[in-house]
Amino acid sequence: MTISYALLGLLEETDRHGYDLKQSYDRRFGAIRPLRFGQVYRTLAQLQRDGLVAIAGVEAGAGPDRKRYSITAEGVTDLERWLSEPEDPQPQLQTVLFTKVMLALQSGRPAEAFLDDQRERHLAVMRELTAARRGASQSDSMLIDYQLFHIEADLRWIDHASRRLDTLAAEMRR
Amino acid sequence: MSAATPLLTGRGLHKSFGPTPALRGLDLGVDAGEVLAVMGPSGSGKSTLLHCLAGILTPDAGEVTFDGRRVDLMPDRERSRLRRAEFGFVFQFGQLVPELPVLENVALPLLLGGRGRRVAVASAFEWLPRLGLDGLGHRLPGELSGGQGQRVAIARALIAGPRLVFADEPTGSLDSVAADDVMELLVTTAKAERVGVVVVTHEPRVAAYADRRVTVRDGRVVQPAAMP
Repeated sequence: MTISYALLGLLEETDRHGYDLKQSYDRRFGAIRPLRFGQVYRTLAQLQRDGLVAIAGVEAGAGPDRKRYSITAEGVTDLERWLSEPEDPQPQLQTVLFTKVMLALQSGRPAEAFLDDQRERHLAVMRELTAARRGASQSDSMLIDYQLFHIEADLRWIDHASRRLDTLAAEMRR
Repeated sequence: MSAATPLLTGRGLHKSFGPTPALRGLDLGVDAGEVLAVMGPSGSGKSTLLHCLAGILTPDAGEVTFDGRRVDLMPDRERSRLRRAEFGFVFQFGQLVPELPVLENVALPLLLGGRGRRVAVASAFEWLPRLGLDGLGHRLPGELSGGQGQRVAIARALIAGPRLVFADEPTGSLDSVAADDVMELLVTTAKAERVGVVVVTHEPRVAAYADRRVTVRDGRVVQPAAMP
């Protein structure tokens, strides 16, 4: 999911070959886990089937690297939607939130507004969980506590990231 | 916020300490009986806001209105009376009187309000079990855990039948389990008594107990955040 949108974001910058996409992804988002070539081409094939990317050109020669991909209008719309929608809190959200912030900054979209919306979503869910915990059994409430602590960790990162957006954007422009 | 006039309103509040502005034109309303969380990073002005709303500090400019009365214009004596009769307070460190046993700490607002000692202590005695403090009435504050101390502070804040309780980082010195207990008791007991609560906190976990939440940044309210 997140990988698809990261690739769309990279294609929004400029048309790219599969190899270039992998290199760019790894440089920008790969610190957590670099992409495998197989993943890149599988994801591109899926995006192409969904009409979100198209082949901009094929150079002479053989192999997948000869194809140059570009994002379609539907691709841009879908990327826009994904970037502007806050995520429901869930475990392992760090890659998604990180990718969104990086893509927003790279493309000049409002990263701060996204983080504000995301914070609101997280706080709203915390409130729901806190209400649900009232009158819950010990075991249910232990599980809810686990969720609450994870959401808290996300929130700390969100606050931290909001205060770092300027320096982050400056670094990306270099 | 409901369509009705809020019980407590701050309008255009400014307050500076020396050259440093803490509040810069802040607007806020608190409805009767609602639990409102005021969030914000440290230094955002949220404690100053609470002190201005509660009539502890006088704003440099702007109006504070409680139930139709201008708190910022009241003479000191009237303002202390308002704080004693209509407001309750819970601070980060309970601020209990260390020489007095729990029972008398709880009874204090009634005693200061001129009630007889027997009546005040009997009423305090009835409050203890509501906050899980059974059997602790004769302990001194120094013999209590942090969570117990804050629960004594909650009983003391509610005993005189205030209309609004101001709580400034009430769980700031507690571990997470004690913090949950304290917030749960503060909110459920206040709701049962139909008392509003303004809780200042930088912790999302604490704010999650509130009906509504506002965020203060650089001395202003940045999100009038409607709850979903």
